[in-house]
Amino acid sequence: MSVAEPLIAAHGLVKRFGDFTAVAGIDLEVRAGEAFGFLGPNGAGKSSTMRMIGCVSPPTGGTLRVLGMDPVRAGSAIRARLGVCPQQDSLDPELTVRENLIVYARYFGIPRKVARQRADELIEFVQLTERADDTVEPLSGGMKRRLTIARALVNEPAIVLLDEPTTGLDPQARHLVWERLFQLKQRGVTLVLTTHYMDEAEQLCDRLVVMDGGKIVAEGSPRQLIERYSTREVVELRFAEAALDTYVGKLEGIGERLELLPDRILLYAADGDLAVAAVADRALRPSSVLVRRSGLEDVFLHLTGRTLVD
Amino acid sequence: MVTLLLPRLAARADARVRRAAAVTGRNVAAARHFGYWWALVSGFFEPVLYLLSIGLGVGALIKTFTLPDGRTISYAAFVAPAMLAASAMNGALTEAMNMVGKMRYMRLYDAVLATPVQPFEVALGELMWGLVRGSSYSLAFLVMMVGMQLTTVGWALVAFPATVIVGFAFGGLGMAVATYVRSWQDFDYVMVVQFALFLFSGTFAPADSYPWGVQVLVQVTPLYHGVELLRGLTTGTLNWGLLGHTAYLVALASVGLTIAGRRMGRLLCR
Ligand SMILES: Nc1ncnc2c1ncn2[C@@H]1O[C@H](COP(=O)(O)OP(=O)(O)O)[C@@H](O)[C@H]1O
Ligand SMILES: [Mg+2]
Repeated sequence: MSVAEPLIAAHGLVKRFGDFTAVAGIDLEVRAGEAFGFLGPNGAGKSSTMRMIGCVSPPTGGTLRVLGMDPVRAGSAIRARLGVCPQQDSLDPELTVRENLIVYARYFGIPRKVARQRADELIEFVQLTERADDTVEPLSGGMKRRLTIARALVNEPAIVLLDEPTTGLDPQARHLVWERLFQLKQRGVTLVLTTHYMDEAEQLCDRLVVMDGGKIVAEGSPRQLIERYSTREVVELRFAEAALDTYVGKLEGIGERLELLPDRILLYAADGDLAVAAVADRALRPSSVLVRRSGLEDVFLHLTGRTLVD
Repeated sequence: MVTLLLPRLAARADARVRRAAAVTGRNVAAARHFGYWWALVSGFFEPVLYLLSIGLGVGALIKTFTLPDGRTISYAAFVAPAMLAASAMNGALTEAMNMVGKMRYMRLYDAVLATPVQPFEVALGELMWGLVRGSSYSLAFLVMMVGMQLTTVGWALVAFPATVIVGFAFGGLGMAVATYVRSWQDFDYVMVVQFALFLFSGTFAPADSYPWGVQVLVQVTPLYHGVELLRGLTTGTLNWGLLGHTAYLVALASVGLTIAGRRMGRLLCR
């Protein structure tokens, strides 16, 4: 494998279950040291793609190369250099925290002594030292997630695959996970993650693809995507007096674009305050006004006409 | 050519066995926790109780039994090797059925298959663990047989590796079956078949005393071959047929393992 060759390269990658198409021909490349994200709603095909990259699900069509190898023919050799944190925690409930790591290390052929040492380091890294000898079941969701991440690092992988690393965690637990992932990123570990959280994608990903209905609908850095598919600022308007859709016509011409949501109207404008002034000029009385910067949520809304988290 | 290929094949086989051993290692780690020991111990008692109740009870009525070579032995000595084979079968099948829980409910193998370990190696590793468990039963049972003078120390030592082969066969078969089990009802079917095998494999009476049709049926089922093999050894009645029984059991083990590995791959790597 040459230096320039991407760690992961997919061309026209397809995954079908029966006659249902979960991944409908995607192209992507992930380079060494990158933090790459799949952003998309439930059912977009993120996990199906991750499982193909993780060599636990054979592609139905297209080509896929991971670490320069073919997942179907060299699955075992590829998996030896991957760290996987699946969407559902798959910890061993009959083992303790420490045993989970040591036993897992043995699957990679790591000598017992090295395995023990690495388990201790990783337990410390994910801050589970006090629970090291407890079984897994009573741990909180956040702790289990951290242990799953620790387990994914036990073979010092070239690529770490994280499928929704923080879904279902409370904000505090989520920040702890983000902090650990950020440290990995600083160390130059290649991260590939999926999420349907905008803030997660914005914080962690150097580059991401937006997935919807098994297809990639946009690709770029978070900033590029926002520049390309949204305006600098957004005005969120709520109205209490009449039905929201009656305001759509009245707001026409303010800003560059308007989105009608069930509970609010979004006005996309380079300068939010100017847009707010224009609304006031038309003698419309919103019950609340919020001016904010554009985010990936707005990109997604623009690309698919839908919000990401419902 | 051969000199180049052989070391490579050997290295590959070695890596496979080492990964399978890691799967066995997982079970060893789990067995260190308390709850497991009960399951281990309980599996041993069933054949012992049968030996005591039927071997000694019925033995009091029948007293002696004539072997094909004309020697006579006690009825208990006739039944004991069958109980030994049944015990090896039970140990292997119980562990194989545990795989259903590990695969479908605990979803243990989802994590394992994300590592270099391959489905066949998972099956092999689980089988090796089943053998450890089954062999500990067999060993204890053989010690008891020697103590009750139902066999000699020498023949017990020869019979022990044969019990491992019996366990290997039922482990392979059980694992293939485990990949088809979907519900509690399926477990019940397995238990019924297991019990029928236990009753009709030349266990309590020689198979050639059954009606002709039944005899043929019995001879294609696996426990019959296990019983005949172990009975030949613990009673010291050697004949060429024992090789045939061994070949049957080894073939069953390999076919079972191969099917189990394939089906696990298909079930878990979709
Ligand atoms: N094993 C499977 N069998 C059948 N359908 C599946 C399977 N796995 C996923 N799907 C379907 O494929 C689609 C994409 O799923 P998934 O890749 O999990 O999406 P995401 O991770 O983005 O939520 C969903 O509609 C899901 O129901
Ligand atoms: Mg998913």
